Amino acid sequence: MRANFIFSEVWIGLRRNLTMTIAVVVTVAIGMALLGVGLMINAQVSNMKDFWADKVEVSVFLCSKDAPFEACKNSRGVTAQEKKALEGQIRALPQVQDVSFENSAAAYENFKIQYGATSVLVNAVKVEDMPESFRVKLKDPETYDAVIKALQGAPGVSNVINQKEILERWFSLLDKLRWAALVVAFILVFAAILLIGNTVRLSAYNRRRETGIMRLVGASNLYIQLPFVMEGVIAGLVGGVVAASLLIIAKVFLFDSVQTYLPGGQLGWNDLASVITLTMIVGVLICLLASFVTLRRYLRV
Amino acid sequence: MVSTTPATVLTPRLACRDAPVIHFDNVSKVYVNQNRPALDHVSVDVDKGEFVFLVGPSGSGKSTFLRLILKEERPNSGAIHVAGKDLSRLTNFKIPHLRRRIGCVFQDFRLLPNKNVYENVAFALEVIGKPRRFIRKVVPEVVELVGLEGKAHRMPDELSGGEQQRVAMARAFVNRPMILLADEPTGNIDPATSIGIMKVLDRINRTGTTVVMATHDAAIVDSMRKRVVELEDGKIVRDQSRGVYGQAY
Repeated sequence: MRANFIFSEVWIGLRRNLTMTIAVVVTVAIGMALLGVGLMINAQVSNMKDFWADKVEVSVFLCSKDAPFEACKNSRGVTAQEKKALEGQIRALPQVQDVSFENSAAAYENFKIQYGATSVLVNAVKVEDMPESFRVKLKDPETYDAVIKALQGAPGVSNVINQKEILERWFSLLDKLRWAALVVAFILVFAAILLIGNTVRLSAYNRRRETGIMRLVGASNLYIQLPFVMEGVIAGLVGGVVAASLLIIAKVFLFDSVQTYLPGGQLGWNDLASVITLTMIVGVLICLLASFVTLRRYLRV
Repeated sequence: MVSTTPATVLTPRLACRDAPVIHFDNVSKVYVNQNRPALDHVSVDVDKGEFVFLVGPSGSGKSTFLRLILKEERPNSGAIHVAGKDLSRLTNFKIPHLRRRIGCVFQDFRLLPNKNVYENVAFALEVIGKPRRFIRKVVPEVVELVGLEGKAHRMPDELSGGEQQRVAMARAFVNRPMILLADEPTGNIDPATSIGIMKVLDRINRTGTTVVMATHDAAIVDSMRKRVVELEDGKIVRDQSRGVYGQAY
């Protein structure tokens, strides 16, 4: 009985204000989707950091024949003695935990795994093109600076690359994207709050006759206000569902395809589920609060 | 001021019968931005089952008096007791329960145009959460009481003014209130039809419901010979049992 009555009132309200309801749904959907994207980037970064934390190495690339590096000029590739001397030098460094040697064949295999065996890039590259390298694992990844300084310019070394630096650059890009998404999400949430306020106000005005009579015959505040609040909540819920589908699309087409360029720490469906739950709750809560605050101003009880 | 002794708690019915249903004690009301008080130190008691006419020129404070009973307004000073409750101590949360014991009828009927007679009356019960079975039973009874049998499925715009006012009275009475407030219920109705309206109000009064009716209609007041309370500039200038509209002295 009670539920029946309230739902029929809610339905009437939503139908009378259809355009405003759609505006609320769209705003909430995009706002929540962007909030979700921000959260997903967060999860992605932390996943990647976990994945790479014990894998980041300093790569000491060696000169191959005709390598186009300044350090390799007039060299016919690194010699066996140079390699041996380098390995000794690296092992002597106090920051180094472990060193391994990666020859061209192994480098090619890794390359293939990273980019897929059938990729055009892989087909264009020959085994001999892959540079040999020492993979240096550090006791503390933050101390890479001294290691790079010590090895850069040593005979036979073409260049030294700190993987952590590459990752950091990638992370800072993701960080900027996240902030952009969150700022836009914040603006949209603000717009959604105003829109919901307006919708509820219109709704209350449309039904001032009914609410006036309800007050007169002694309907409780809850009974008078619930249909209006429910209108906001249902709009928020529908917006949340749309946002959830946008987030699923974002995961499949955006986040999963990023894995092609930088593997490791893939965003799982678990992460997505928690992001969707959170955005849904935030969306509904915002709608609930916005309708409630507006009602207090426009529906005198 | 009135302490709730155990006796009044244990026997509320008895307490209600003895105490006046409406009790105004030195009540004043000044609206914001107005110098002249709408009600000026008004003290009056209305007992259970009474029929009271509230007369006086426009702006004499009749509507303010009714609004104070409903706690739609708060007095600036003085105490109001309605149905045994001190309104100054009634929380906002409890106001709906007060209003369930008071029925209201207005000059402009205030029906819902998109609901038929039955639905308009049932609405008053639906919104206070009464079960559907109960509504199906009592609404036809009340529709018959106000003399609208056979018209339960008419829409308000298919009814005459007098019939619309009967619907409004059915809605006000359907929850069997203790008090019925009527603010110029015959104001929009021709004299012949007004007699029918007054008969319904009288019938409601005979069930034990206290009726307070604000009116300008001298003929009705004179014919009913009920208690008359006359207000002028917010003061009670006359309170007569079995009175007439004009000054009797």
